[in-house]
Amino acid sequence: MSERIWGIVADSFPKMLTYGLTVTLPLAAASFLLALIIAVLVALIQYGNVPVLRRICRFYIWLIRGTPLLVQLYLVYYGLPKAGIYFDKLLAAWLVLGFNEGAYMAETMRGALESVSQGQMEAGYCVGLNFVQIMTHIVLPQAFRTAFPALSNSLISMVKETSLAATIAVEEMFRQAQIINGRVYESLALYTEVALIYLLFCTILTWLQRLCEKHLARRGGAIK
Amino acid sequence: MILSAHNIRKRFADLDVLKGIDLEMQQGDVVAILGPSGSGKTTLLRCLNFLERADEGILTMDGADIDLHRATHREIVRVRRKTAFVFQNYNLFQNKTVLQNVTLGLTVGARMRRDEAEATALEMLRKVGMADRLKHYPSQLSGGQQQRVAIARALATKPEIIYFDEPTSALDPELIGEVLSVMRDLAVEGMTMLVVTHEMDFARNVSSSILFMDGGEVIERAPSRQFFEQPREARSQEFIRSILQR
Repeated sequence: MSERIWGIVADSFPKMLTYGLTVTLPLAAASFLLALIIAVLVALIQYGNVPVLRRICRFYIWLIRGTPLLVQLYLVYYGLPKAGIYFDKLLAAWLVLGFNEGAYMAETMRGALESVSQGQMEAGYCVGLNFVQIMTHIVLPQAFRTAFPALSNSLISMVKETSLAATIAVEEMFRQAQIINGRVYESLALYTEVALIYLLFCTILTWLQRLCEKHLARRGGAIK
Repeated sequence: MILSAHNIRKRFADLDVLKGIDLEMQQGDVVAILGPSGSGKTTLLRCLNFLERADEGILTMDGADIDLHRATHREIVRVRRKTAFVFQNYNLFQNKTVLQNVTLGLTVGARMRRDEAEATALEMLRKVGMADRLKHYPSQLSGGQQQRVAIARALATKPEIIYFDEPTSALDPELIGEVLSVMRDLAVEGMTMLVVTHEMDFARNVSSSILFMDGGEVIERAPSRQFFEQPREARSQEFIRSILQR
């Protein structure tokens, strides 16, 4: 490889990494948090069989899972302004990523909630707890532990999915790679470089996930 | 009278599980409910504690009449505060330690101070011989140990009566004894207990009387000794004969 390419890589690396650390990861974290809140609410509504809301939740999951993320992003950022609804690009990316992953995570959480034995709920009522107390002290903690591996996967997916925000001009890491490439025309080197940074982020997250799982297993034994 | 129930009826789809059960319990009574499987024993217990909603029936506790079908949320909470339930599958909280399993109902449910709740829990765990396993999680205990913790959890809420739903049926044979001996101690101390069981030794030697059910009805209620030695009803006699043959 020529010296020129090495120079470009060396120059662009700190720039991309900076955007990775200041935009990609925070956007992924914020979207994941939004997704988690949505997922828990949607899962609880279905678990508790709340009449009307339950149908709305099923509709939401059906809608999100049946359409591509990229299309959702375009619809919100380029489409909705036609109806007079404007979002800042970063806000649009945050909302779409959050609501998208939220639908998948809701199904994960619902499965995890249902895996907690009904008997523990009955025991909770019998010792004088109410529904909310049973959920917060008994069912949700166990459901989170069951769902932990799947939720971690969602977070890792989220890191990669933020690259789609480049298509609505959000200045994140992949967008930087595109911009730099527009100047120097070294697509192979630059896109390999940005891929490696994503790989680095995801490897660290996977490693953290394993560490947490070990910690959870030590604290409280296996969940049957 | 600590509790009386009148005309409890419950139907699942087109099956009459309870066809009008009457029940009376005095302070200190230990009543064993016997009967062939499918006779409605478990459903009766579950209806008394609103784990199942009866179709009909009146429950009288401490002079207050409660409609088992139409009870309000408040009434249900009031009944449950005076009762406790021990399940066949223990149903310990899997994410809580032994100590937390016993204190949770006190600190969160009854808003008792933590030190006070822990003192109560410790006392009850000592009673069931589990005070040396406070920091263990349910998954680290044998079935017999889990059931004893479940009994401590039931005792901690200071109930007027404890319902036991086949407390030893899920246990390996060698673990049944430790649970029955805890229950025997409670009976001796004067705890009021209503026990669905298949343990004839317990029914015969520990319980004060037998409620024999078949096909959703109470066939016979008699003092234990009398029930086993001179059962009145034909179906009771047949039941005892079938047990003796085993």
